[in-house]
Amino acid sequence: MTTALPQTEYDPPKSSWWRRNQIGISPWLFLAPGILFFAFYVIFPIFQSFNVSFYDWDGLGDAEFVGVENYQELYWDDAFYTSLWNNLLWLVLYLLAIPGGLFIALFLNQTVTGIRLYKSLFFFPFVISQVVVGLVFTWFYDPTFGLLNSIIGTFGMGPINVLGDENYVTYGIILAGLWPQTAYCMILYLTGLNAVDPEQVEAARLDGAKGARMLWYVILPQLKPATFIAFVVTIIGALRSFDLISIMTNGGPFGESRVLSFYMFEVALSEYGFRMGYGAAIAVVLFLIMLIFIAYFLWSMYQEERTR
Amino acid sequence: MFPKPIEKSSRTWQLTYQGLLPLALIMWLLPLLAVAVFSIKPEADFTTGNYWGFPSSFEGFNNYGRVFFDSDMPRYLLNSVFITVPTVIGAVALSCMTGFALGIYKFKSNLWIFFMFVAGNFVPFQILMVPVRDLTLDMGLYNTKLGLVLFHVAFQTGFCTLFMRNFIRALPFELIEAARVEGIAEWRIFVYVVLPLMKPAIAALSVLIFTFIWNDYFWAIVLTQGVESQPVTAGITSFNAQFRAAYHLMSAGSIVAALPPVAMFFLMQKHFIAGLTLGAVK
Repeated sequence: MTTALPQTEYDPPKSSWWRRNQIGISPWLFLAPGILFFAFYVIFPIFQSFNVSFYDWDGLGDAEFVGVENYQELYWDDAFYTSLWNNLLWLVLYLLAIPGGLFIALFLNQTVTGIRLYKSLFFFPFVISQVVVGLVFTWFYDPTFGLLNSIIGTFGMGPINVLGDENYVTYGIILAGLWPQTAYCMILYLTGLNAVDPEQVEAARLDGAKGARMLWYVILPQLKPATFIAFVVTIIGALRSFDLISIMTNGGPFGESRVLSFYMFEVALSEYGFRMGYGAAIAVVLFLIMLIFIAYFLWSMYQEERTR
Repeated sequence: MFPKPIEKSSRTWQLTYQGLLPLALIMWLLPLLAVAVFSIKPEADFTTGNYWGFPSSFEGFNNYGRVFFDSDMPRYLLNSVFITVPTVIGAVALSCMTGFALGIYKFKSNLWIFFMFVAGNFVPFQILMVPVRDLTLDMGLYNTKLGLVLFHVAFQTGFCTLFMRNFIRALPFELIEAARVEGIAEWRIFVYVVLPLMKPAIAALSVLIFTFIWNDYFWAIVLTQGVESQPVTAGITSFNAQFRAAYHLMSAGSIVAALPPVAMFFLMQKHFIAGLTLGAVK
């Protein structure tokens, strides 16, 4: 390896101070551009948002300090509770992607000819943008020509206007979201299954374990890292849901499919007016919900780092 | 191997499995296949209500031709390229350095800085929206590709740092120690010892970030507005407004918009999956 290095013709140690402190200073030089960028665009804006949430501001004129008024208004806002409830639905139902992904991964974890292509094609939905997924599912649900209604029509049911019915709309959008998310979890589990220790499986087989018991007691414990990552990305994905709602229903009908992320955007940047302060207050609530999970993820990572 | 290899089971089950595979795949991709079929149908099929029957004529070339020559689609696609490629280069370059710093050096605040990047990568976009939009307006970069690129680079640095740092951690540390004993400057160790070893990580991250940024919709509608700078994910909505109710064209447009990341995935499949599943195996 070292032979490939060019002749070290670098300046001879003219400053012994640099030599002595090189290892202490270098990491900061390497970190500087990344930290500056990240602080400027990500860390500071978080605090600014907290600040803005105490003001009444249309984004252009002068901001007026209103204290906790935005939060008080939030407390009486029905649309806020609808969004919050839908966020909860997203969180819970989105987790179905994990068992779903595991199921497909188990189904595909074979070595027949062409299986690689099958795995790639099953993964396909994750690569497509959510905007296109949203469009595809909007047409799939369409009450006049959608495939869904054509199918249930042959059983003598329907038609159901999934996206136009306030009782079904959120479930319909979540289902569209589950499609790519399940594909993601599947690929995580396929990789995990690849690394399962074959000797343990054989030993368990000799002991008479098979089927569900084998899965539960032998395979799943070994898939723990994959499950953790699947859990992280699914939670984050559920709370970030925005694209699908914006494309499929734009929050409707009657705002019944809003979630916090969408409601915030609607309040701050749409024809409903530019209420930056109120929007920021909604964003703060969403951020605090996310913070619970972020703290848990970081804590898990910290435990891991310590054992290394 | 789990479940039990299919070769070791009965002949009938083997055949059933072989038959089930394509069936399951078709079911899985059904909504997408429907759009693909739509995109090659003639307009007449939609007016006569022939939605799901056999296309009365093959109009694939016609429909896709109109997407490319009759709309702003090429413009949007080009915008997407000019947004995505610089972002990939910027974020990967920054995170090679931060990943190196956090993966190699031991100093007190190391883990805290690392956690700052990780936590920032998980925050909801909406908490950044108002300040970032304001910032971009103040810098005169609203509705420019540069404004979008700068933000994307900064935000993606969080995820990329997590990735690179963990990758560098797994490299043999003796290499760096050996180089230090030889008296090689730290930046040379980075350029000549570590960077060459990071090639697989750079490849994996590049395809991942390409896909993430190409598919971004939220920031595209927050920071850009018109045809001169909007990427294809945002442009598709104006495209659909132009061809309202022309389902054959809207389908073709969607497929065109979705294609680049799909092509990227199939070309770089190994790297893509290696990137996505980093950490899924101990």
